[in-house]
Amino acid sequence: MTIVFAVSIVLLVLLALISAAVGQVPTTPLEVAGTVLHRIGLDWGPLPKHPAGQITLLQVRFPRVVLAILVGAALATAGALLQGVFANPLAEPGVIGVSAGAAVGAGVVIVAGGAFVAAWSVAAGAFVAGLGTTLLVYLLSRSSGRTETVTLVLTGVAVNAFAGGLMSFLLFTASDAARDQIVFWQLGSLNGATWQSVAVVAPLTAAGVLAAVLMAPRLDLLALGESAARHLGVDVERLRRNVIVVVAVLATAGVAFTGIVLFVGLIVPHVVRMLVGPAHRVLIPLSAILGAVILLAADIGARDLVANADLPLGMLTSLVGGPFFFWLLRRTRARSGGWA
Amino acid sequence: MSVGIRRIFAREHGIPEQPRAGAITLRAHGVSVELGGRPVLDRVDLDVVAGQILALVGPNGAGKSTLLAALAGELVPAAGTVELDGHPLGHWATVDMARRRAVLPQTHTVGFPFTAREVVAMGRAPWARTPRQEEDESAVAAAMTATDVNHLAARPFPALSGGERARVALARVLAQHTHTLLLDEPTAALDLGHQEAVLQLARDRAAAGAAVVVVLHDLGVAAAYADRIAVLESGRLAAAGPPRDILTTDLLTQVYQHPVEVIDHPVTGAQLVLPLRR
Repeated sequence: MTIVFAVSIVLLVLLALISAAVGQVPTTPLEVAGTVLHRIGLDWGPLPKHPAGQITLLQVRFPRVVLAILVGAALATAGALLQGVFANPLAEPGVIGVSAGAAVGAGVVIVAGGAFVAAWSVAAGAFVAGLGTTLLVYLLSRSSGRTETVTLVLTGVAVNAFAGGLMSFLLFTASDAARDQIVFWQLGSLNGATWQSVAVVAPLTAAGVLAAVLMAPRLDLLALGESAARHLGVDVERLRRNVIVVVAVLATAGVAFTGIVLFVGLIVPHVVRMLVGPAHRVLIPLSAILGAVILLAADIGARDLVANADLPLGMLTSLVGGPFFFWLLRRTRARSGGWA
Repeated sequence: MSVGIRRIFAREHGIPEQPRAGAITLRAHGVSVELGGRPVLDRVDLDVVAGQILALVGPNGAGKSTLLAALAGELVPAAGTVELDGHPLGHWATVDMARRRAVLPQTHTVGFPFTAREVVAMGRAPWARTPRQEEDESAVAAAMTATDVNHLAARPFPALSGGERARVALARVLAQHTHTLLLDEPTAALDLGHQEAVLQLARDRAAAGAAVVVVLHDLGVAAAYADRIAVLESGRLAAAGPPRDILTTDLLTQVYQHPVEVIDHPVTGAQLVLPLRR
């Protein structure tokens, strides 16, 4: 288990260095490391040879790398939390519509406020709508203390469709500048990451992941079902309320500037469960780390797969995640011996 | 930090003491429950006594599980009160109740592939951050040995058979180390040998001072193991008392609406309950 953690962190650092080195201005991972070390006052390692190297790294690539780490961690943690609170491996912020709901909130703020609204108010709009959507999905998909998989997924379909409709309406009414911004979300991309957006996403992600780690041990007991968890001393109502707020915070962090990146919250906790088992006190922190790793890798792919083109990140994760979700669905169905 | 704050502000009542033998740990007083507007329990009075096994019997739909849920605090009665260790259930915080009584549900599902051992260890959750936490390892090991599930320790719970799940779930409840046990049909999925073993366990716990409530269908088993039997009929308590007084041909024939014969075993003298068959 310690090995898995160590490997994940090493992978995270390596990918971050590689990710920052990739781009039109040529740099090497070593130069990237050198730049970071020089910035924190250690004069080790080489600096970029290219004249625009250092400024490119500091102004363009570092915020992008940091944002990828934050968004990946936020989405994967939100996925792990949702799966825990629903006791269902198919719950995910994107699939059940929380991401779409949060994006609508952000879209409303942009359309209402024009293209120059402050980053914080966009995030606030995403948060309010994300919280509302999470609550809505939770209330709609539960009956007598349980969540049936079919109900959960179908609720997600309905919520996503409704959010899609609202999004189309926003696109239709928006000014050109606002429309560009909204289109950019729907693709889901790290393109255009700035230190300003990092400054908004970082505290949200940090607070969300920390809260998730603190509530992790009690999530295990929810796997026994709500009444059994209550008999074991868990204040289920309160835990559920807290989880929903934290999921909304994390989904906001994941959506506010990068748009809808699907399936990270689904795949990562699932892979982690296969690696170290379902205990949440390990699952949640490891999901955060591996979520960051996956999103970094996806972003490297987004920039590298096609020369001189910045592919939308959301497109990539959906192309990989969609079939995975399908496989998971089939397996879950086979296990429970059919749906109804 | 949040833990510390919760401890200061919550209504936690610390670690309970072992009740003396004969003390009443759970008391239902005039409990009525309605589900979906339909009365399911009607003014039931029942005492659960430390050192004894109380069997809840009765036909399907008589309200056995509902009464157990009301005793567990899972259902709020429409009328009447349930007291745990001398106080109404509302007096206790969720975690206090978890340290005083354990509940074995009728069905056993676990949402993720936790191993059998992890599931049993979940029974120790109420004792986290208390001095009793030190007993976690030994309590889990003892419970798994008692229920004969040591060989399943590393297997994922969803991959177990029905009877194995039932025993692992029981081990979880035993590991909780409470002085009141509420068991809803603990023998339903078990073969004859494991059924006897489970009730022997319940008897051992009672002998060690615990109050045990068991929902049972097999009246012969109830006669053999219970100190007292409560017979439910259409949500009312038809009779309660020692097996010899309660399990009579007249009462059972009336409650089950099927002719029943109660005889003594010619050799051992044990009470046998036989439905008459044509």
